[in-house]
Amino acid sequence: MIDVSEAREPLPVSLDGLDGQDLVEWLATMQLIRDFEEALDPLCLSGRIPGGVHVAVGQEAVAVGAMRALEPGDVVTSSHRPHHHGLARGVEPNAMMAELFGRADGTGGGRCGTMHIAAMDRHYYGGNGIVGAGLGLALGAALAAQVRGSGQVALGFFGDGAVNIGRVWEAINMAAAWKLPLIAFCENNLYAVETPTASVTGGDSIVRRAEGFGLPAVQVDGQDAGAVHRVVREARERALAGEGPTFVEALTYRYQGHNTGQVTSYRTDAEVEEWKQLRDPLVRLRVALTASGLLDDDAYDALCARSRETVAAATAFADASPWPDLATADAGVTEIDPKLRGNP
Amino acid sequence: MSTRITLSQAFQQGVREEMERDDAIFVLGTDMVERGGHFAQLRGIGSEFPGRVRDAPISEAAMVAAGVGAALNGLRPIVDLNFIDFALGAMDEIVNQAAKARFMWGRGVPMVIRGTAGIAFYAAQHNNSLEAGFAHTPGLLVVMPSTPADTKGLIKSALRCDDPVVFLMHKSLTGLRGEVPEGEHVVPLGEAAIRRAGDDVTVVAYGALVARAERVAERLATEGVAVEVIDLRTLFPLDLATIEASVRRTGRLVVASEAPRHGGIGGEIAAAIQESSFFYLDAPIQRVGALHTPISHSPPLIAAAIPSEEQLERAIRATLTPQEAVA
Repeated sequence: MIDVSEAREPLPVSLDGLDGQDLVEWLATMQLIRDFEEALDPLCLSGRIPGGVHVAVGQEAVAVGAMRALEPGDVVTSSHRPHHHGLARGVEPNAMMAELFGRADGTGGGRCGTMHIAAMDRHYYGGNGIVGAGLGLALGAALAAQVRGSGQVALGFFGDGAVNIGRVWEAINMAAAWKLPLIAFCENNLYAVETPTASVTGGDSIVRRAEGFGLPAVQVDGQDAGAVHRVVREARERALAGEGPTFVEALTYRYQGHNTGQVTSYRTDAEVEEWKQLRDPLVRLRVALTASGLLDDDAYDALCARSRETVAAATAFADASPWPDLATADAGVTEIDPKLRGNP
Repeated sequence: MSTRITLSQAFQQGVREEMERDDAIFVLGTDMVERGGHFAQLRGIGSEFPGRVRDAPISEAAMVAAGVGAALNGLRPIVDLNFIDFALGAMDEIVNQAAKARFMWGRGVPMVIRGTAGIAFYAAQHNNSLEAGFAHTPGLLVVMPSTPADTKGLIKSALRCDDPVVFLMHKSLTGLRGEVPEGEHVVPLGEAAIRRAGDDVTVVAYGALVARAERVAERLATEGVAVEVIDLRTLFPLDLATIEASVRRTGRLVVASEAPRHGGIGGEIAAAIQESSFFYLDAPIQRVGALHTPISHSPPLIAAAIPSEEQLERAIRATLTPQEAVA
């Protein structure tokens, strides 16, 4: 963890070697993720989105930094907190919002909701409702990449809560033993739902635990999109060189509760404020882009306006989208239609 | 042309032919490459297809998860768990990942989860009958052949199927010999087989109980009772049409399974048939199944827990004389 005791203003970010126009796009995507997710709470509380959602406000740099280090053919899997990954991977905001609303024009036609939004054509195998499970799918994708010699890398996101579930380490062990092109990406936002992860985690270091499985493990500032990008890029190159998987732990923070409308009495307001004031990933990137002359205030304002318009349009699109055709409720569960065999 | 080989060899033959046909088929499991698995079910495949059979750590969750992810990314894995009981360590991967990908994302998971099943030795934790649970899970197909020929034909279908197939091979049938057609011999998923024709009583069974039902039918034939024996072969989707047609002819039905009776496949068939064919029935449907107990080590205790031929015979007779219903 970076020592911020002396800091009074947003921490710098590490953008060496990155293209300026790319970075503006990163900031625009991070802004879109933030605006999109901040729009969700009222939509849930008013019932337009059935149920709640897990938002990642504060974690945008993790998604954008990692995703921009991957190629279009690479495979990505996500967790129960998946919107930032999906949007960064290129899921259309309209289709994502319609899915959240449970409408026909959603990514899954209303079957998936928040936790299962996917884009198979982008090799994005979706969020996952089960802690740690997404990494397993990435493991398999990496196995297929190795067997087929496809030149793909697979990246599986999971949270700090998942470092205490056995399946995650089963997957990491298998990947290490077989030198699979896998990036096991732990998004450590410090709280497993509402439990401080440190209080339920043996040992004092997740990366050292990972190192015991025989793969390089690196901790990175998850609020620095450039730093995240660099470690994922390096991990990707290792994977493609046949050197096997890499474990990445990104230190990050979610500003909101675990799920819609939940209070955060398990942490102090001062802690939240410190993350917002000193480490906010959008502020840090914007400050750096402004200082380097890549983004003036007008351009930033225009970027923010476009983001707000995109979210408003997505909400309107979702509102206008019809409910799914009820005749499809059990369609396509398997390729064989069991009704053909006389089942009721 | 056909040869007389064991059920395991028939499985190997089917897998071999499919692996020759389709480069995407890949085997993942423990002790597979040299030994061919704990039942020698894949003996020889490891050396015949170098690089396409991989020995995994004993991590069932990782094996099945790897199978799902690999299937989504272009392979057609066989995840061989040796004993199906070990699937319990990968239940989330089977139920929440493999079975739901097509529903959620429109992409099937062409994966075969093979496990040896049924009741034999090694006591409680190696003798779970999980098939009804799998069949109760939308998105999974469940297969349990009773003959070598069907084993070959069904594994070929399973490997051509774009959905996850739980492929169960009964322990006690591992060395069963039978005629197996060479080359292209495909048994469609979801089709039952009439093993023995008869007009008096229909017996529906699967796995090791099929042969027991056939022996009982043979005995009863000497008394002039013509028993029709239907082998389900696929437990999901169920071929209710074949059962229904038979029952409408015989008017009597016995459903037999080695699994505990409560909540089993047999109960589902009985319910479906009374819904569709109640007025064709001449007697209450009889269910034959195991006691509601884990399986013991001691052979007499095993025998006491699972259906015997005598029990099957009593159930058939009960349909002929309904007042003597068996419990």
